Amino acid sequence: MMNPVAVQHRKARLVVVGNGMAGIRAVEELLKMAPELYEITVFGDEPHPNYNRILLTPVLAGEMALEETILNPLDWYAEHGITLHTGSRVTAIDRVKRQVLTEDGYSAPYDRLLLATGAAATIAPIPGNHLPGVLRYRDMSDVEQLTRSSELGGEAVVIGGGLLGLEVAHGLRARGMGVTVVHRRAWPLDKQLDARGGALLQKAMEDRGVRFLLGKESAEILGDTHVTGLRFADDSEISADVLVMTIGIKPRIAIAQAAGLQCETGILVNDTLQTYDPRIYAVGECVQHRGQTYGLVAPLFEQAKVAANHLAEYGRMRYQGSVTSTKLKVTGIELFSAGDFMGGEGYEEVTLLDGSQGIYKKVILQDNKVVGGLLYGDTSIGPWLFQLMRDGTDVSAFRDNIVFGETHLGDSGHAGENQASRLADGAEICGCNGVAKGSIVRAIREQGLFTLEKVRKCTKASASCGSCTGLVEQLLASTLGGFYDSSPQKKALCGCTDFSHQEIRDAIIQQKLLSVRQTFACLDWRHPGGCATCRPAVNYYVRTAWPAEGLDDAQSRFINERAHANIQKDGTYSVIPRIYGGVTSPAELKRIAEVAERHNVPMVKFTGGQRLDLLGVKKEDLPQIWAELGMPSGHAYGKALRTVKSCVGTEFCRFGVQDSTRLAIELERRLERMWAPHKVKLAVSGCPRNCSESTIKDFGIIGVDSGWELYVGGNGGMKVRAADLLCKVKTHEEVLEMAKAFLQMYREDAQYLERTAPWVERVGLDHIQAVVVGDRESRQQLAARMDFALSQEKDPWAEAVSGRLDIHAAPLRRVPA
Amino acid sequence: MMEWLALGSIAEIPALGGRYVDTPQGQIAILRNENDEVFAVSNRCPHRGGPLSEGFVSGKTVFCPLHNWQIDLEKGEAMAPDHGCVKSFPVRVEDQQVWLGLEGVAP
Repeated sequence: MMNPVAVQHRKARLVVVGNGMAGIRAVEELLKMAPELYEITVFGDEPHPNYNRILLTPVLAGEMALEETILNPLDWYAEHGITLHTGSRVTAIDRVKRQVLTEDGYSAPYDRLLLATGAAATIAPIPGNHLPGVLRYRDMSDVEQLTRSSELGGEAVVIGGGLLGLEVAHGLRARGMGVTVVHRRAWPLDKQLDARGGALLQKAMEDRGVRFLLGKESAEILGDTHVTGLRFADDSEISADVLVMTIGIKPRIAIAQAAGLQCETGILVNDTLQTYDPRIYAVGECVQHRGQTYGLVAPLFEQAKVAANHLAEYGRMRYQGSVTSTKLKVTGIELFSAGDFMGGEGYEEVTLLDGSQGIYKKVILQDNKVVGGLLYGDTSIGPWLFQLMRDGTDVSAFRDNIVFGETHLGDSGHAGENQASRLADGAEICGCNGVAKGSIVRAIREQGLFTLEKVRKCTKASASCGSCTGLVEQLLASTLGGFYDSSPQKKALCGCTDFSHQEIRDAIIQQKLLSVRQTFACLDWRHPGGCATCRPAVNYYVRTAWPAEGLDDAQSRFINERAHANIQKDGTYSVIPRIYGGVTSPAELKRIAEVAERHNVPMVKFTGGQRLDLLGVKKEDLPQIWAELGMPSGHAYGKALRTVKSCVGTEFCRFGVQDSTRLAIELERRLERMWAPHKVKLAVSGCPRNCSESTIKDFGIIGVDSGWELYVGGNGGMKVRAADLLCKVKTHEEVLEMAKAFLQMYREDAQYLERTAPWVERVGLDHIQAVVVGDRESRQQLAARMDFALSQEKDPWAEAVSGRLDIHAAPLRRVPA
Repeated sequence: MMEWLALGSIAEIPALGGRYVDTPQGQIAILRNENDEVFAVSNRCPHRGGPLSEGFVSGKTVFCPLHNWQIDLEKGEAMAPDHGCVKSFPVRVEDQQVWLGLEGVAP
């Protein structure tokens, strides 16, 4: 392994009770962070691998097949070395011996236990509730049973007019049954809608053939050997061939309770999702956190992420509860509801009612902040409203128009984090392929896209350079709300292989694979030539693992790195020589000017990185221009070290407290020619005024009176991220060593094309600090590996000028007309 | 009338990559795949005119270096979800020598 601090543990054992969406999401998150930490065993009482419970309604309605809902096929478990016991019910936890026991007499020891037992449908305590024909709507077997029952036709009665009740009514109606929804309250969906919205919904469902009996208290289920009907408290009756109970769910806490874990409605957990027993974590519907239980998927995923973070021993996230919103999954009925939608005393309401169009919108405000809302018929402003609510935005500037949505607002108001949701429909998201926000959102809605990969495939957005990926993800999240699944469906590097980035890297190291070709052959690549995604990635992994012996395959480099110049839209190139620390000289400037003049370079421009760019150069002229410049390559075209930007510093600046230019030049000289997963930018500022903008750089340095502050993971561009403070040091040598160690860790650990900003967020600053700052030995080893890798790199321009490197500058042949 | 132009040895075209030739019919990309099959197509991607000779070649596909459009080299068509086509030209490889077929050009 390349990671110097990977401590050799006996593998700890993690047992997961519950093979549903929450438990498996936690496992997935855990595998992302610490794939090797645990030996994992999963128990699930259903016979299926993990499937998407949200999609039960489309399956019941016949709009989707059962197989399409599988999230993790059996192969996935095998691939990750997870032992899966399906159809196996855990009956007890022995906290003293630290093991779980199953119904079939099996026991499994654990070091950490994750409870994700979910919830069960509540059965009304009325006579006859166990008769055959009384069904629930909770899992795949219920759907199978409902589907079978519906094949016989007849009348179905659904007790409970909540979300599940209406969805099951819709599904059974779609399968041709007569359906009556029985509800205690005066309108359906009373937890999500007010009376007016409820009436609109009832009408829409009735138009679809679903009948309602409202304000009815069920008293007894009739029948001897099978359900025949239902009697109400007012003694009226209705006949039924099938009766479905959807009056609510209750967390499944029996085994936790029996094991002495504190429970109320659910299993009590703290902000790290730990139960009363610190070895036992719990996530999902079985959990009660700060008095709340959740039955929607978004909060469960948030919980899974936090629990995984702690199980992975990162220990740096807290779950602080979720704000939830709901949507009804009945085809053709648009409904959105969030927060407090009833209003009343102390609240203000803004409403819009268009009865003829079936549109009703209501926004509840308190102290000029959105505290809730419901949308019926047109839910397009839902995500935005939800964002306002979560952010606690002051809406006084546009409150009167709030029901019309943000496009009516001009530029006023809302300072949310979600840039994408603020953009107009015509705004271009993907600059490479010219895809506007509107077409992405439309594709997500109309084609039912749930993942980034699907959006890429259908719209091309983010399919080229990938710099708009963050925005596309935001659009997915804001369009789908909690249903957006941000984890890539397939973790394989690309379509040419099933292996992930990490698996490929491990194989390259362990099997000493020294070229792209060898790697493809050894790992059974589907296409022997690979593709534009895997070739550069694998070439980078080979070169990083084996800086001396590994073959650098020019045909697996992007054109820029093959031509050692930046290709422009018209097929010409730009030439940016290295100007260390942004400090040049009159002689150097004259030379650049003369070269530009001699070759009629169409444009000479200062770059953002304090150097000069000669634009519009033909490929065949590149070697000659390089020769005349006599300067090294600036690597402005590469996934490599770009510039080290500097300010004037103590040399001339009256505020400067440190010599920033000298340090910048030193850094650039020591790190030049460094290839990396993505471009790397540095900056050195001579005082806290930070004129070099060090805090939006991959590695930024700010001089203070007593030394240097080092910042990492900053980023400018589309997705701005302020850098995190890594540590403070005193001398230039210390800065250099920290920079080398941090960047080498990034080079060895980040995925190809992952910038430092998302990488730092993914692995966590604490982890990086532990390796780079906290552990002197690992820091020195990292720096030494960086030095060795750099010692293998030569200046590509000098190589090309001397004829040792062929960039194929000239055409193969010219044919005169 | 078809004229065949000698382009030199196949070794001058990097495997899984390409070179270009200037002809009266414009620049033509000469691409070579992992099985030493050679293809010739107009050196302008139908999307934004990117030089296909600088793209990644794999199997019967070239990936445009500018925006990653994929062009099917046998059909000369962009692959879904993109639309567009490039002109393709006949190529022969004999004894390691590459020949390009052009209509009505004197060599």
